[in-house]
Amino acid sequence: MKSALLEQLLQDRAAKRQVVLVTDLTSGEGQLLYPGESEGDDELLSAARRVMVADKSGIVELGDGRKLFLHVHNPPLRMLIVGAVHIAQPLSQMASLAGYDVAIVDPRREFASADRFPGITLIDAWPDDGVEQFAPDRRSAIVTLTHDPKLDDPALIKVLRSDVFYIGCLGSNRTHGKRLERLSAEGFGEADFARIHGPVGLDIGAKSPAEIAVSIIAEVTEALRRPARASAAAAAQ
Amino acid sequence: MANEAVEHDKVLEKAAEWKAGGKGVALATVVATWGSSPRPVGSQLVVEEGGDFVGSVSGGCIEGAVVTEARRTIQDGQTRLIDYGISDETAWQVGLACGGKCEVFIEPLE
Repeated sequence: MKSALLEQLLQDRAAKRQVVLVTDLTSGEGQLLYPGESEGDDELLSAARRVMVADKSGIVELGDGRKLFLHVHNPPLRMLIVGAVHIAQPLSQMASLAGYDVAIVDPRREFASADRFPGITLIDAWPDDGVEQFAPDRRSAIVTLTHDPKLDDPALIKVLRSDVFYIGCLGSNRTHGKRLERLSAEGFGEADFARIHGPVGLDIGAKSPAEIAVSIIAEVTEALRRPARASAAAAAQ
Repeated sequence: MANEAVEHDKVLEKAAEWKAGGKGVALATVVATWGSSPRPVGSQLVVEEGGDFVGSVSGGCIEGAVVTEARRTIQDGQTRLIDYGISDETAWQVGLACGGKCEVFIEPLE
């Protein structure tokens, strides 16, 4: 590997860019690909996109006979939960098990206590400031659970201006409709609304907080692993 | 997962640091595994010319052999693609006790 390539890789990692290091196992030639930022679909880029989404490095053999190692460098998965409510308890635990670094933002201290959320990062701030502290990126999922406009909306407005891979909002269809009306008034449009999963979670008839957490984790997982399908589903809601 | 990422960070940063300090450096990466291999594909070990290394490519079973090959790579500048596993006689001596197999790519940092 060339030193310049290593330097670039280290910079990309520090900037939390999703990058795939491609190494030709015969010649030793290396290159960096950014499948999340590039449109093309040639054989190599498609393969790189596949391993990046699956988060699984491995060897591919191209049609021209080249044997390449695709090394995925993905930033850690993170989840920000807005609202330290009951559902946040099982959701934060399940998300941790699924490999996410979880943070919860809630300015109401009696909700966001370390006793209720052992081992989880608690951000004691107004949700828009909380989002800023969290610094969401492409590998982040955001779930709003308060269904209180004065807490959820400021977070949503910030998050819609970032490139998180998942946005989910708790609340009924009616609540969600009103939410979209308020966001319209803030200048957001259809393309933004299509990114929001609301009501949050896959429709599996979940009732208890833990079951709702399961439906949310399942939907977040689909958005992560099958991005095209999940965004089509969100748009159809 | 997060710990894994942190470990990677240190390994590659150490490689850059050694290189910047004027040392010969080689990078070993697990590119394939079969069976119960202790470290996943993508795990890395960085070796400097004196034999110091950081990171890991197994549970300690083959690190010694990989470091030896990596020092050869530092000297001759050649990449190496080596299979370690129970079917390989050398590796049998080196010993992947878990019975797994892995393929390691060794390259110089130029």
